[in-house]
Amino acid sequence: MTAFLKHLGGHAGRVVLALVFALPLVFMLVSSFKPDDQIFGDLGSLRAFLPVGAVSLDNYTGVFERVPAAQFLLNSVIISSVTVALGVIVNSMAAFALSRMRWPGRKVVLTAVIATLIVPFETFALPLVWWVNQLPLLRVNGFHPEWTTGWMDTYQVQIVPFVANAFSIFFFHQYFRSVPKEIDEAAIMDGAGWFTIYRRIVMPLSGPAVATVAILTFLPAWNSYLWPLMVVQSEELRPVMVGISYFFQLNVGWGQIMAYSSMITVPILALFMAFQRSFVNSIASTGVKG
Amino acid sequence: MVFRTRRLACASVTALAATALVAGCASGDGGSTSGASGNTLTLWTHNAGNSAELDVVKKIIKDFNGSQDTYEVKLQAFPQNDYNSSVVAAASARKLPCLLDVDGPNVANWAWGGYLAPIDVSGGEVPLSDQLASTVARYQDKVYAYGFYDVALTFFARRSVLNEYGIRIPSMAEPWTKDEFDAALAELKKSGTFEYPLEMGTGGSGEWWSYAYSPQMQSFGGDLIDRDGYRTASGTFDGKDSVAWATWFRSLVSNGYMAKKSGADPNKDFLAGKSAIQWDGSWNAAKNADKLGDDLAIIPPVDFGDGPKIGGASWQWAMSSSCSDKDGAQAWLTFARQTKYFVDYAKATGTLPATQAAARQVDGYQPGGKFNELVEYARTFAVVRPVTPAYPYISTEFEKAAQDILAGADPENALGQGAKDIDNNLRTNNHYAG
Repeated sequence: MTAFLKHLGGHAGRVVLALVFALPLVFMLVSSFKPDDQIFGDLGSLRAFLPVGAVSLDNYTGVFERVPAAQFLLNSVIISSVTVALGVIVNSMAAFALSRMRWPGRKVVLTAVIATLIVPFETFALPLVWWVNQLPLLRVNGFHPEWTTGWMDTYQVQIVPFVANAFSIFFFHQYFRSVPKEIDEAAIMDGAGWFTIYRRIVMPLSGPAVATVAILTFLPAWNSYLWPLMVVQSEELRPVMVGISYFFQLNVGWGQIMAYSSMITVPILALFMAFQRSFVNSIASTGVKG
Repeated sequence: MVFRTRRLACASVTALAATALVAGCASGDGGSTSGASGNTLTLWTHNAGNSAELDVVKKIIKDFNGSQDTYEVKLQAFPQNDYNSSVVAAASARKLPCLLDVDGPNVANWAWGGYLAPIDVSGGEVPLSDQLASTVARYQDKVYAYGFYDVALTFFARRSVLNEYGIRIPSMAEPWTKDEFDAALAELKKSGTFEYPLEMGTGGSGEWWSYAYSPQMQSFGGDLIDRDGYRTASGTFDGKDSVAWATWFRSLVSNGYMAKKSGADPNKDFLAGKSAIQWDGSWNAAKNADKLGDDLAIIPPVDFGDGPKIGGASWQWAMSSSCSDKDGAQAWLTFARQTKYFVDYAKATGTLPATQAAARQVDGYQPGGKFNELVEYARTFAVVRPVTPAYPYISTEFEKAAQDILAGADPENALGQGAKDIDNNLRTNNHYAG
């Protein structure tokens, strides 16, 4: 009987925890189908979490009238995907060099890389704006390529500064340490070079780490807000998070905010659920928490 | 052979990716550093997502582009929340557009920072002298910006509620005094009908705090800074009148008259009957009138001893100092000065027309109209926020101090610390000389 009660208590605790985390999402999703007045009217009761009353798709229609949501979503998919792809390659290579290859100063380099984690982005955002504005850019107007200066108002200014990531390097570094080094020695004996070891041995064994880094790179790229506001002026290049500000004008539309939030949250949830197993395995095996 | 082909393919893809990173993928005006490219002038506005106001801007641009062949103005709209961050970042990269809108209190700072150039719009249809004083931004005796409208703060209430509790409905000629206002709040609180009878929008953030509450401090006799030369805040920001305001402000919370932090949408709460009196902007006047009809009372600010006060200056149009085609920018600024655009702005946004000629054409704002009193508030009670480059810093300090005071900090200490910080900022920046 005691064991049964413990079992029941454990389940009840999990259900409560699940509700604590799930209810805000349920509220967001349900409210996205309600008019503003009803959202506020339902706040004091359980109706806030139920699709009852004047439920419609009006808020979703309103979102597309107020914001170029499809363009913003496409931009975020491009920016986040390219950042993840390049981030996995660059950071894993850096981590491989730091964890598998022997060269003087690698500990100092690793320490320096980790040290950058304590510097908040906001402190160097403005100097970074200045810096990216000094970089060369090849523009193509029709058939006339021309070199100019400055990456402002481009896709790459939203991607390149975030490819190299100290946490990703550290994470890969920790994971690579769990791959036995004897494999390297055997591969070298067979005539493999470092790049072959990286590409054909270490990376194929690091699937969970890649999945984790992909998620941890994707999330900030998808949620990016301050940086695009500073460096992108054209509406056609803006990512989704900037779009949420469009709704906080004098006539705040709460239903539309919920609809837009639902639209931009679904891809994140889908990604996390797709990689959930690898993500948890990887965190467990490295002992690193993001 | 297969490996060689693969390597070649990999190398090609890598080269292509590298090229794509420095090429293509770009938009805009070809990397102009001046806000103008050829005869195209870029214009920035804070109205992304606010189609009512944005449509007026688009109309002016369309009319201007159609009226002549020399210049073409191109619009780029930003969301209001972080518009200033976008401008500051662009200024640091020397990528400001030729034309941009700016919130009135920031003009002095942006002019001092070299972002803005003085403008000359003397050839426009509407002379600057016809405008509400708060809608023309001057710094060091030069005009830097003008706006098509202003807004005014006011108290909204239901006449039926005030009558029920025997509370006098004040007028411009005879506004509430502090004692009357306190007594009214006490009466409403005592009724038990309202958890918080007064809604002041304390859940807001940023400039709202200075805009909404510093005029009350001025009505007590205090101010944000000594306006004689703008060289010190000590003795003013933390003077006895300012402390008296802060003590009263805190008492609104400690007496249970006002929430320490109001809800996400204070106007909705007022319309739902949760609060009896709301301190809010003229922008909600038409909506409130629609919902409450003749029961709506538009009430002037309280006279706390030094006369009723509200903040002045809203969004205005300016020209960047880095604009490479200032003639083009001035042409747009001059062209836009037509009464019909002042009217369009007011109608679209529910704001106060900046000229009387425009007010006469806007329903409700003409003399005798139900909202005309709001124009008179702006004309009579408006105090422009301190015209100093230090204003953004002062505003932040005021917000911090006021929030601390509502949270329970000692008013004298909180304001004293704010005054010290402002004076330090002034000294660090050599009192914003030049």
